[in-house]
Amino acid sequence: MIRVLGLTKKFNEITAVNEASFEVRDGEVLGFLGPNAAGKTTTMRVITGFLAPTKGTVKVGELDVREDSLKIRKKIGYLPESVPLYDDMKVYEYLKFIAEVRGVSASKIKERIKEMIDVCGLSKVIRQQIGELSKGYRQRVGLGQAMIHDPEILVLDEPTSGLDPNQIVEIRSLIKRLGEKKTVILSTHILSEVQATCSRVVIINEGKIVASGTTEELTKQAEGKERVYVEVKGAGDSFESVVANLSGVNKVSAKGGSASGGNIVNNIASWEIETDSDIRETLFNLAVENGWKILEMRREQASLEDVFRNLTT
Amino acid sequence: MDNEKTQTIPTIPAIRTLRHSNIKPIYKRELGAYFNSPIAYIFIGVFLVVGNWLFFQNFFLSNQASMRMYFGILPWIFLFLTPAITMRVWAEEKQSGTEELLLTLPVRDADVVMAKFLASLTFLAISLGLTLSIPISVASLGSMDLGPVIGGYIGAILLGGAYLALGLFISSLTKNQIVAFILGLAACFLVFIIGADFVTNSMPGWLGVIFSFFGISSHFYNIARGVLDSRDVIYYLTFIGFFLWLNVKAVESRNWR
Repeated sequence: MIRVLGLTKKFNEITAVNEASFEVRDGEVLGFLGPNAAGKTTTMRVITGFLAPTKGTVKVGELDVREDSLKIRKKIGYLPESVPLYDDMKVYEYLKFIAEVRGVSASKIKERIKEMIDVCGLSKVIRQQIGELSKGYRQRVGLGQAMIHDPEILVLDEPTSGLDPNQIVEIRSLIKRLGEKKTVILSTHILSEVQATCSRVVIINEGKIVASGTTEELTKQAEGKERVYVEVKGAGDSFESVVANLSGVNKVSAKGGSASGGNIVNNIASWEIETDSDIRETLFNLAVENGWKILEMRREQASLEDVFRNLTT
Repeated sequence: MDNEKTQTIPTIPAIRTLRHSNIKPIYKRELGAYFNSPIAYIFIGVFLVVGNWLFFQNFFLSNQASMRMYFGILPWIFLFLTPAITMRVWAEEKQSGTEELLLTLPVRDADVVMAKFLASLTFLAISLGLTLSIPISVASLGSMDLGPVIGGYIGAILLGGAYLALGLFISSLTKNQIVAFILGLAACFLVFIIGADFVTNSMPGWLGVIFSFFGISSHFYNIARGVLDSRDVIYYLTFIGFFLWLNVKAVESRNWR
């Protein structure tokens, strides 16, 4: 269990993290979500012992980063955002070096490296120099070095940034698999990533924790509002005034024409309707009465994206 | 120079960390990093060629089987070459961000500083080891007094160690290797020049004594004369210790920036 307790980190006058408190339970994948420069990396750097807290502390089990930083570091595997590796070393050499500093016993080093080669798919590049690797392979070597000592906790700072879509899917499924056995903290600003991999989410904005919970819990917060997206042909501008008068409709807004940027092209327009209740049936009847043709209609549920946008803007 | 009774050198905490097992892999990787890049080979090549050429140019004229002249020019050669050894050590880690991974490994900052210092010192010792051909050839030409030669090499390691500690500290202040080199060169030159004869001679006596004490070269020439005075050794160890300590502080300063 990792507990971040009233963590504040200041650099001169700038407060990067402000009184942040949250928990990471054993064996869960926690998504650490926030816009750029929200304090994600700084928080992770404090957890991993790179930076010391200005105020507050982080506890890993019974250990406190202020006193037992070295003991905590042993339990953690860390992949920083930019994947900084020694370019002049070969992949094998590098993994061996990290394993040695991490105190993996000499008899086990070979076995651990072999496992990392399997888990991270490094067999093709194991004899290559790190400087020659593609971004995807660098990321995998970075993950390999983070896991070489079989840590209880993995701290991954934007592990999929800069990867191509195939690699992203691969790394995500790897993280998900790892999350079955380990505690993982994963920072990102990509929301689909959180939905794909994380069991719980903490949202940070301007150094403050603004929400935390499972993805379901968070999306529930944004519910109550329901939205219907509809694309109609033949209604013209009268659609807005007619629909706005229906009971339960809060707001009707134009979403732009289907093909171009204008609202109405070929007399087709799309609208977003905010309502208190499900009005799809009413809307359908209305269209029939007026001779409009509904080309598309769907109910939009509140997503993590809405929660995120509400909380961080 | 009067010989004081040899004092026992107090064990500085840094030396105790040598036995720490996890600084060994860092030391090994740092030493390997020198040889992974062409800089090491260029460095050793230039060091040997320049040193040998400057020495043997005048050696046969002087008609003496002695290495005094070699050790006379060694501080000047070190002045340019030790900043070249140290410039990348921290600057490169900062530039590429590898510092973040290195300093989140389960090692103390002081251990990393020590490992890097020892690796650079080993590299310098290897370069110096390759100059042993000089005393061997000189000894074959005439009877040579071994005392100054042994003293010279001990002094060279101490002087080199002091320059390296200073250079490492400067490298830890910047991301830019070129800046680290130039500032390192300037700093080494400063500590060298304040103790140089032509500076101290032009000063009133008491001031000259102070300057020559703080200057780095007078201690070297004492040792290179074959007089191993504990004061000179303590001067170098204190100098090295002080700048390694500053280096640790500079590494810790990531917390306030």
